[in-house]
Amino acid sequence: MSFSHALRCRECGREYPLDPIFSCEFCFGPLEVAYDYDAIREATSRDTIAAGPNTLWRYAPLLPCNPDFKVDIGTGFTPLLKADRLAKAVGVDTLWVKNDTVNPTWSFKDRVVSVAIARAREFGFDAIACASTGNLANSVAAHAAAAGMECYVFIPDDLEQGKVVGSGIYSPTLVMIEGSYDDVNRLCTEVASVRPWAFVNINVRPYYAEGSRTLGFEIAEQLGWRTPDHVVAPMASGSLFTKIWKGFQEFHKVGLIEEPKTRMSGAQATGCSPIATAYEAGTLNFVPQKPNTIARSLAIGNPADGYYALKTMQETDGGAAMVTDDEIVEGIKLLAETEGIFAETAGGVTVACLKQMVETGLVRRDEETVAVITGGGLKTIEAVQDRIAEPLRIPARVQDFDAALAAREAAPVPAGA
Amino acid sequence: MASRHVRLTFSGEGIKQPLIYELGHRFQVITNIRMADVDQSTGWVVLEIEGDDQEIENCLNWAREQGVRVDDATLGDVVEG
Repeated sequence: MSFSHALRCRECGREYPLDPIFSCEFCFGPLEVAYDYDAIREATSRDTIAAGPNTLWRYAPLLPCNPDFKVDIGTGFTPLLKADRLAKAVGVDTLWVKNDTVNPTWSFKDRVVSVAIARAREFGFDAIACASTGNLANSVAAHAAAAGMECYVFIPDDLEQGKVVGSGIYSPTLVMIEGSYDDVNRLCTEVASVRPWAFVNINVRPYYAEGSRTLGFEIAEQLGWRTPDHVVAPMASGSLFTKIWKGFQEFHKVGLIEEPKTRMSGAQATGCSPIATAYEAGTLNFVPQKPNTIARSLAIGNPADGYYALKTMQETDGGAAMVTDDEIVEGIKLLAETEGIFAETAGGVTVACLKQMVETGLVRRDEETVAVITGGGLKTIEAVQDRIAEPLRIPARVQDFDAALAAREAAPVPAGA
Repeated sequence: MASRHVRLTFSGEGIKQPLIYELGHRFQVITNIRMADVDQSTGWVVLEIEGDDQEIENCLNWAREQGVRVDDATLGDVVEG
């Protein structure tokens, strides 16, 4: 069963029934799921969670859906890895990497889609839909296929072929929209208002967003039922960032951990940095931007949770940073070369921003820090394909190998040369 | 009569302009402020706009021409990565 009891406006607090709606009728603020934490406390313990499946469904009492409707393709409970070599490289004593690259469609989006599709099935929707440039589309298409649901995926017509195939392989209806990103946004909002589909981040958005809390739950459980001193996470809409903090707070509310004192810091690309720019200006009001960055998975120019992300930074004494496209690529390479994890551009943003945050003192050397890596590197291979060292190319003779290796060791070739 | 819920964001010199007044006087629409905040660098207004569909579209296009950003009131960008 689900212990959610209402949708509540994040601005004015008005409550609504658990329907597929996303906006307050009074102030148009966003709606969020409200839970009966006393009942969850009664139904949940460290032991019951530990006895659950090695997926996000081990936290079922804390999710806004009946698990009988779940579509479980193995999402969540991803590794939390001690990253000693990366720690040394960036200048902190204790660093963990939360590796969400290993989810079924290789990004954290599987978490939010898992929850959205369960709720959509519970509502009785026959079709699921989304608008996406990559990770979300892949995840929605995969989950819909596993559930046997109709699926509609709206994408810009200039999307990279890999991402088109990464969604198309599951046989949804792929709709390429000729026009700008603003056009895609507008069209999808209009279609969502007239079609009887579950648009995961529109009409079932309040439920969808809750899936990101499982990142917070897992980090706390995997650290031994405690929270770290600092979390660095990427920000697109800002939702994941705020929900990790919410996950920590809820674990405390239901008696599973001590009160969290984690500082939350967010990472963005300079080419799409409305939240980080507002943080640097010392304001809670961000100015939307037109995205221009290789970090396309973070390219949300008007982040729906931007204000709440800034509030979370303020509340936790965290902050934000932004990095250039070159720094993003260096971040991807640093993570790969130190910890053997190949992340997509969002991961490069996180690592590069972590490095910058240590340099500026926002992240202190002695803070136990978790860096959240949200997607796998094969999704954005174009960003790094010209930045790896040229392979040795030799005839099939041992002496040629010996000579080539000796020459390389004598005069190493920089990556990308 | 149609109704749309939009978020208008403005900055710089736009903060000093009587935008809502202009919308109501230039176009046959009724505006109703539901939330708003203005500081020294940025301002935003969540507005309910009632009127004929085309007139609402005309007034929002005029707002865009004045350098005002027009978005859905709640959602932000729905195209996700």
